[in-house]
Amino acid sequence: MTIDQISVFVENNPGRLAEIVAILGNGGIDLRAMSIADTADFGILRLIVSDPKQALAILRAAECIVSVTQVLAVPIEDAPGSLARILRLLSEAEISIEYAYAFITRKQGNAYVIFRVEDNPRAVSILAQNNVKTAGADEIYDL
Amino acid sequence: MSYYQPETECASQETLRAIQSEKLVKTVRRVYDNVAYYRNLMQEKGLTPDDIRSADDLSKLPFLSKDDLREAYPYGLLALPLTDVVRIQSTSGTTGKRVVAFYTQNDLDIWEDCCARAIVAAGGDKNDVVHVSYGYGLFTGGPGLNGGSHKVGSLTLPMSSGNTDRQIQFMLDLGSTILCCTPSYAAFLGETILQHGLQDQIKLKAGIFGAEAWSEEMRRDIEKMLNIKAYDIYGLTEISGPGVSFECSEQTGMHINEDHFIAEIINPQTGEVLPEGTKGELVFTSISKEAFPLLRYRTRDICVLNRQPCSCGRTLIKMAKPMGRSDDMLIIRGINVFPSQIETVLLNCGFPANYQIIVDRVNYTDTFDVQVEMTPEMFSDTVKRISSREKDLVTSLRAMLGISPKVTLVAPRSIARSEGKAVRVIDKRKI
Repeated sequence: MTIDQISVFVENNPGRLAEIVAILGNGGIDLRAMSIADTADFGILRLIVSDPKQALAILRAAECIVSVTQVLAVPIEDAPGSLARILRLLSEAEISIEYAYAFITRKQGNAYVIFRVEDNPRAVSILAQNNVKTAGADEIYDL
Repeated sequence: MSYYQPETECASQETLRAIQSEKLVKTVRRVYDNVAYYRNLMQEKGLTPDDIRSADDLSKLPFLSKDDLREAYPYGLLALPLTDVVRIQSTSGTTGKRVVAFYTQNDLDIWEDCCARAIVAAGGDKNDVVHVSYGYGLFTGGPGLNGGSHKVGSLTLPMSSGNTDRQIQFMLDLGSTILCCTPSYAAFLGETILQHGLQDQIKLKAGIFGAEAWSEEMRRDIEKMLNIKAYDIYGLTEISGPGVSFECSEQTGMHINEDHFIAEIINPQTGEVLPEGTKGELVFTSISKEAFPLLRYRTRDICVLNRQPCSCGRTLIKMAKPMGRSDDMLIIRGINVFPSQIETVLLNCGFPANYQIIVDRVNYTDTFDVQVEMTPEMFSDTVKRISSREKDLVTSLRAMLGISPKVTLVAPRSIARSEGKAVRVIDKRKI
């Protein structure tokens, strides 16, 4: 299973990130996780949110440049070596990871790692074969 | 005081005028007979060669612009069969903007003589080592000064541009005495030499710097850093290349080689010829060219002419450093850049034509930034994909312009618009 990640173009101006986050907050959107990729000129804000469709509509209305990407959300036991095992499974299958970021939840007490890979279906099936679940939309958006 | 060709460089004004009249009349007749493009232009004004009896009749002739050169590209203004032509040089830029100039052997000789006059005016003779760091190739800088240096009989180092360490090594090993390059590169060489503490080991005494605008302050800095006297030189490919005019020891303007090029100053709006000493657009007529003579070519450079007696003894009229342009052309690191070229590349690469060019000068080197508005189509969640699109754009811009800008992707609608019209060029250079 994959979930929607929203990416937002963030121009390199002081306060721009705050503006974007405020737009979402004012629209009643909860942020589940975020990461920022930065270059010399601009940043890419990547978000997992409570309601991706609504978030997209709000951001587009505010003239932000956005894109939606399917990413994997993998629940990971909060124990040493858990992430290493998953990374090893992916690397043995020669699936390269473009980027990844993690967040911890209060409710379930476990962590999630978001993976962006080239071939989602293959990554999901490799993980499934090794009894690693990937979280679906309902599980993540409603955290 | 030394001159390369004193008989013309110091000729009386009457003699110069007589030379100009004779050559102009011949050139007009020749292009009328041989070049359909000129014949049509003249016929449109109801002119025949008989109407041009002396240099005083010059203002009757129609103007020629860069657009004419593009329209006639490549052979439309050639005044001789190609069998008589031996060389081509070209301005920077491609598709639609390129201008090609043709030379016979005699044209090359005259061009090189003009550069030789500049070298001698800068104190050069056959004992000098002339270090040419202008680019060689289609660009006229390298070939022009190279040829001039040969004419003078100096030892010529055809260094071409780039590879600063090697430039300095040759300068030290071979004892270069005269440096020819763009002023910004001269400043860069000077800074590098100072950084390495080599200023006492170089033997430079003079520099001939052109192809881009530079200030008096920059001249003084270069002179101090390199411990030389820095001379300005002016030219354009269409008319021949560097050496159309050159500076002398007085350093108060550039003497125009009037036996080969007649200069006029016009009002860029009306085309009216303005009296000497008035600021306006510089227009050249090349009267010695065999292959590619241009009548009343509008340079778009704004400047002033002055025929006050010069302490160097030359009687050739002087032009001030150009003070600006009457069109939207930018000269960045010596390269001609039109905003429309950038627009073409953006559209070809799938970007919107919302852009802004920001030119500045940092440490005497032009910086060239192109800001482009990001679009949803261009955007991606990975830096890699965006960077690769950005890189493709830089490569295409470089291919079009011959110079690499720094591309910055900015937010949509963030490029300033005034009265609904976008401001395409911000030139922050103080020259």
